[in-house]
Parts: sequence; C-alpha cells; structure tokens
Amino acid sequence: MKSYIIPEFLVERDDHHCIRCEVCVRQCAFDVHRYDEEEDEVFAHEDKCVGCLRCVTLCPTNALVVRDNPTRVPANANWTREVLHNIYKQAETGGVLLTGMGCDKEYRNYWDRITLDASQVTNPSIDPLREPMELRTYLGSKPDAVEIGGGRGRHELETRLAPQLRLETPIMFSALSYGAISYNTCECLARAAAEVGTCYNTGEGGLHRDLYRYGGHTICQVASGRFGVHADYLEAAAALEIKIGQGAKPGIGGHLPGEKVSEEISRTRMIPKGTDALSPAPHHDIYSIEDLAQLIYALKEATGWQKPVSVKIAAVHNSAAIASGMVRAGADIIALDGIRGGTGAAPTMIRDNVGIPIELALAAVDARLREEGIRNRASVVVAGGIRSSADVVKAVALGADAVYIGTAALVALGCHVCQKCYTGKCNWGIATQDPYLTKRLNPEVGTRRLVNLLTAWSHEIMEILGGMGINAIESLRGNRLRLRGVGLTREELDMLGIKHAGA
Amino acid sequence: MRPPGSRRRARGKAGGVETVLRGIRFRDDKDFSGCSIFGMMNAAGRRFDGAPMLTAIANMKERSNGLGGGFAAYGIYPEYADLYCFHVMYGDEAGKRETEDFLAANFSVEQAEVIPTSACDGVSDAPLLWRYFAQPREANVSACEMEDPDDFMVQAVMRINADIDGAFTFSSGKNMGVFKGVGFPEDIGRFFRLDEYEGYIWVAHGRFPTNTQAWWGGAHPFNILDWSVVHNGEISSYGINQRHLEMYGYKCTLYTDTEVIAYAVDLLVRRHGLSVADMAGVLAAPLWEDIDRMPPRERELHTALRQTYGSLLLNGPFSVIVSNLSQMIGLTDRIRLRPLVAGRNGDWMYLSSEEAPMHLVDASLTETWIPSGGEPIIFQLREPAASREGVEAWGGAAV
Repeated sequence: MKSYIIPEFLVERDDHHCIRCEVCVRQCAFDVHRYDEEEDEVFAHEDKCVGCLRCVTLCPTNALVVRDNPTRVPANANWTREVLHNIYKQAETGGVLLTGMGCDKEYRNYWDRITLDASQVTNPSIDPLREPMELRTYLGSKPDAVEIGGGRGRHELETRLAPQLRLETPIMFSALSYGAISYNTCECLARAAAEVGTCYNTGEGGLHRDLYRYGGHTICQVASGRFGVHADYLEAAAALEIKIGQGAKPGIGGHLPGEKVSEEISRTRMIPKGTDALSPAPHHDIYSIEDLAQLIYALKEATGWQKPVSVKIAAVHNSAAIASGMVRAGADIIALDGIRGGTGAAPTMIRDNVGIPIELALAAVDARLREEGIRNRASVVVAGGIRSSADVVKAVALGADAVYIGTAALVALGCHVCQKCYTGKCNWGIATQDPYLTKRLNPEVGTRRLVNLLTAWSHEIMEILGGMGINAIESLRGNRLRLRGVGLTREELDMLGIKHAGA
Repeated sequence: MRPPGSRRRARGKAGGVETVLRGIRFRDDKDFSGCSIFGMMNAAGRRFDGAPMLTAIANMKERSNGLGGGFAAYGIYPEYADLYCFHVMYGDEAGKRETEDFLAANFSVEQAEVIPTSACDGVSDAPLLWRYFAQPREANVSACEMEDPDDFMVQAVMRINADIDGAFTFSSGKNMGVFKGVGFPEDIGRFFRLDEYEGYIWVAHGRFPTNTQAWWGGAHPFNILDWSVVHNGEISSYGINQRHLEMYGYKCTLYTDTEVIAYAVDLLVRRHGLSVADMAGVLAAPLWEDIDRMPPRERELHTALRQTYGSLLLNGPFSVIVSNLSQMIGLTDRIRLRPLVAGRNGDWMYLSSEEAPMHLVDASLTETWIPSGGEPIIFQLREPAASREGVEAWGGAAV
C-alpha cells in the first residue's frame, strides 16, 4: 500500500562539505543515508528520518542539515499535518498509534508561569560560595514529634524513625526499565546516582546482577508484571517503589516486545527469552486501597522494615484524595508523575490526553495532606517534565521533597527527544537492545555527563536559595510565599496556592 | 475547636476596627522589620522595676523608627500568680462586650480592670486596654476533651484573635504581662507606667517596620501563655514554618515572623516536651557537616530532629530573645546574620542587640560575649518559678 505520509524532515547535504566518510550511513539505524559507490554520492531516504540528529551531530564536516519539511497540508486549524498523518498511519496499518517520551502537546506549563523571589534590603542574600548551603534531603515517613529521654544526664533519642532515604541533592533519576533502555544506560544512571549521592530507579525491568553493587543508591520497582522481583532484588535496594501508574500512560500497562527480550533481559526479568513482557494495566492483587496496604506491608515485612516504600501514581483528577489514602495505607513516599512524564512506549492518544500537569497535582496533594495533618507521614516526589534546576526549585517550593528526572537525564546522554523509543532503533544507544547501537553509549562518558548535570543543577539551586536568603532546602520546601504567578487566572493561582506577581 | 458558648460574628463588617486592630492594610506576605532587642534578668528572682529597661532600649534608638515598641515582664502579678492574665486591646466597645461574654462563658474571671496608662508624648490613638485575671472553667475544658488548661487557653486566645472583630489578646500567661504599642519603646514604657511594676525578667523591643501601617497588635513582644518572643530579623522560611504550624492548629493571623517563633516554641517545648537546648537545635539546627562529625548518639538525635522538624527550621537573619517564667533564652540564626551580645554580672544576666546599653544600666558589668551563630544562650532562674510545674524538666544546658 502506498503511504500517503509526507516526510516530516528534509535531509540536506552540502556536497562541497561532504567527504563521503559514510559516518551518517553507519550511524543511522533507520537507514536514511545510502552511499552510492558508482555515483560517489550519499543519498537520503527522507521518509525514514525521525529527526534524532545523530548524523548531524557526528558529521565531521558539518555537511548535514535536517530540517522540518516546509511542505504544508492545506491550512486548517483542526486538520493539521499531525492529525492527517495519524489517520493515514492507522488507515495503512489498522493499529494503535504508538509514541515515545512525554506528551508534546501545549498544555500550559506552569513552571514557566511561576517566578521566584529573592532577598533585597530587609534580609541579606547568602553567597553559596562563601557560606554553607544545604541540599541534603531525607525521604521517608517522619513522626509528628520526637521523644527525647531526659533526666539524670541522659539525653537520648527515644523515638525510632521510620527508615529514611538520604539524598545529597533533591534530584533522583526516574524509573527507566532495563529493556526499555540499554544496559549501558542503566549503568550510567546507577554510577552517577552513587557518585552524586542520590538514587536512580530501576523501573519495572528488574535489576541486572552486575548493578547490585550500586544497590545503596537504587530504588527497586515492583510493578504489575512483577518482572525480576525476588528476594535478592528487594534486598539489594535502598528503597522500594510500587508502581501503580505512569504519567505517560495512566491506567494502562506496558508491553516490551519479544524481540527486545535478549538473554540478559530474560534472566533479569525472569521471563523466557524472546517472549513479550506484558505488564497488566492494574496490579491484579490491588483492586482497592486496602489491597495496596497489604502489598506495602508485604514488602516491608519481606525486607525487615529496613526500607522506605514508595508508591508511584500518575497524576490524575483525584490525586489528592488518592494520595491521602496511600499515606494512610502506609506509603512512606508518594511519587507523582505528571502528564508530561516520559515513556519508552505508549499509545499516543493516552499519552497526550490522559492525566494532569504535575504542578497542579503536586499543589493539590501537598495542600490536602497538610489539611489532613499527615503531610509529615510521607515524602512527596514529583516527576514528569522537570527540565531545569529552576523547575526543581519551583517544585520544592510548591511542596515536593524531591524530584525525579527521566527525560532530562536521557537528554544528558544524547537523547534528542525524537519520540521513537518504541522502535528499538535508538541511534543514541539509549532506548535499544541492538548491540551495534548500545555500545555507542560509553558508560564512563555517560556517567560523567549525568554527574555533571546533577552537579550543575545543584550549584544553580544553591545560587537560587542563597538569593532567597535561605541556606537549607527544607526552608524552601512548601514555602509557597517565595513563588508568584505571572499571567495565571484566579482559579489557577488558588489551585497552586500562590499569589500573582505584584501582590 | 471553638470553645462552647462562643458566637461567631460576621467578619469584616467594621472597616475602621479592621484597620486599627486587625490592622494590616497592606497584605504583604508578612511584616518586614528591623529591630532592637534587650533582655535583663535576675537569676535569684529578685524583682526590679522597668526603669533600666527604658534606659537600655532608648540607647538603641537608631534601631527603631517609632512604629512599635514593647515589653514583657515576669513576676509582676504575684497576688494573682495562679491565674491566667489576659491583656486585651479593643478597637471598640462591641469587641469588648463580645470578648467579655466569651470570657464569662468559659472562664471564672476574678478581676477585670483597665490597664493603667498615663498620657505620653509620642503615643497616640491607643486602643482600649484591659486585663483580666481568670481561670478556665473545668467543665468547659473537659467539654473540649482537653486535659491541659494550657491547651484550652491557647484555643481561647486563637478564638478571640481570629474571630472577634475589634479585640486582640496580646498577653495570656500567669504572673507576667506584655505591654506594647505604636511609638518608640521608651515612650510606650512611660505610657504603660512600667516603673510601677516589678519583675525578675524583663525583655524589651524597638521596632523598625518597613511599611507605614503600624498597629498596636503588631508590636513585639509576641506572647502565648508565658512564652514571649522579641525578635530582630526576617524569617525567609516563614511560608513553610506557618504551613507546618497550621497542621498543629496554630493560626498565624498576624503575618509576622515573631508570631511563628512563639508558636514554634510552644509546640516544641510545651506540647512535644523538648528541652530548650533541643528546641534551639530545631530552630537554628546545626549544619549537616557538623552533625556528621558528632559522636553517634548525638548525631542520631540531631539527625532525627532535623528530619522531623525541618519545616520549623528558621532560615534567614534573626536574633531573638525567648522568655518564660524561669528562663531567658537568646538565639541567632545559624550563620549569625543579626547581632546578639550576652552579659553576666553575678545574678544579673543580659541579652542585647548591642553591648553599650548593658554597660549603661550596669556600670560594674565586665563579662560580656558574643555567642556563635545558632548557639543558644540559656539564662535560668536558680529556683524555677513556682507557678510553672515541671519546669526543671525543660532545663537545657544552662549557662
């Protein structure tokens, strides 16, 4: 069947610059570039180009330009190129539209409508290069009060706190499963988390044996498919996370195609090689809140009550009430994943239309837990579209204890957000299991890039905190007075619990 | 909780009363101000009148601008030492009537009287100032399922201040009182005739607010039960401190940093039973790098305090004097962005923004020092005040 889809990108090659080195030919797993020996020329199949810019980045002579195809479908506000292409694709295949990464639609990004405060005159700003500036964060359930034994020179802690996860910066790497991403990517995340003193999350794909040594910085996920969940796996982790939902695809499960299930993945996930790994939409042992409580306690019991248990949900309409129930069910950490949260594969319609922005969910959950007087009983971690240190600061000021970054971490490793993770052909060696591609990501270099990113963001957070006259992150957490909205409606401001700029 | 017998009146009806008493016409996030603070105590419990306090605070005039001054004095009502003393300011008779109805319904009031004042240059537009010596009615306390009359008192103060238009309780302890208003502190002291009171702990405050809308309730000290706070600085963590305290039933209606400190102290020491030293370890917590170097038990304790009470860490520049019937405590922020000097001469103890006023009121004073950032200075009565039971249990490391 002839495809009606017009190429999204044009590949332009400057013949004066091109030295026929064929780097582009070798680098493109989508087979866009082809060298014709007879003509001594490199040609491009532009219809195959996904816009990942691997070829452009690696071309030694800067001979390549990949740009949007300026050919327009007839102008129409409703029937855009994307809409038409989606329909053509489905007419040609009869399938569900698939995509990768997070929602790319223009739902209002509240981070960009919030500005931060700084000290002027009445209090001094603090110079983080000269004064201490503390970002250390502990995740886990906190008591209402601590009891200290007094009398006769005794001065001892009598309250035993629930287990806590220590982070040197309030930024963690989000759940990215082995299978969706390559082993090398997992290794980069694990090593960088260990070096910086934070945590990464295994996602639902289990934990490769070789990465157990970074267990002190690993959050091991238990999802509906229970892939790779066994006693050693739980034991290896610093904390556990029950994955109920994911911002990119709330309410649905996952599907790792059999082609991706290699020997190593088969062993790690504990499924036969080459079989599809299907995560059911719900946990089939959690059909209500009391079932969640049972799983939380089962995991705590299995690990001797030594590890905090997180529960991750997609940010949906009633997140506040759900989060309250989760805290009461014994969750030590509430992880919220917003509509912009990424994924290795999701149905496009779900990714782009289900869930709510993380900013609103966070504001609602933090406020609700405070109204109920249980905010201290769980930490709140947010994910889904955190792009910079400024986003982190705003999230913490809205009420988050820490953030997860997924997309930003992958971008640090080379990802250009082409949204084709589900094809398994990632030219950057990230979302693929093809050995020819995965070796492109050098764990040494990748680790360095991730450590640099977290170091840079942490420095920026310190600068912003210092400007506010604050020298510990806990004085920012939930401190919404240091935020102002710009161009938001009354209703939005009320939901975010902040004032408009100028007020 | 609203104590029974109370009536809720529609809010916001009297614009005039709002601005005079509830005051804050400019709805800033909170009040911003710089200040002078001074505290003086006799550890033997010997009582002295307020005259040296006026001398001392007047010597730091440059630190205030005439828009707020105040004092707290302990041991001034020995004849009513067992009764709570309400100091209340009223914008109008209606507020007074409603407050007195509320008091009559919930307390047995032994004595109600005008707080004596004398006309004084520099002090004008004073509200009606009354004081009441009272005991909560047992039936009312138990009806609210409270064991501790102190809890009932806190709720009663919150209720009057939040719900009754034109009334503001600015002092609610036993055998102590707060006197404050708009003016330079030495003028406010003369206005309240403080040379006629004798106490063993006195603290004073001169205020330099940045907005021009000064109001009587907004002056320092802030008080709840017998805890009083005078404060110089700005709490940059105010937003989260306030939200945390709200979880425990404290309504921060005044938009001042100082109010937050008073409630935090009440929560930590009275309700959660922390020692004053541990309270200081929360409000001006040690740095993590210092905690990491502590011996194991101490490290565990301070780690738990910061983990649990991180939302009560006071961040931003401050120096503060917190006092109760037995103690006068000085504390600065962790990196000491506002001044505090301590002094001692036998039983005489001093805390001040500057050193000069201490020498001015005590010519033989020689021992003075500057505490480190976050290091609490705890001056303690040699014999705990009688009307405060269990006060020994709070003893931090007394200086």
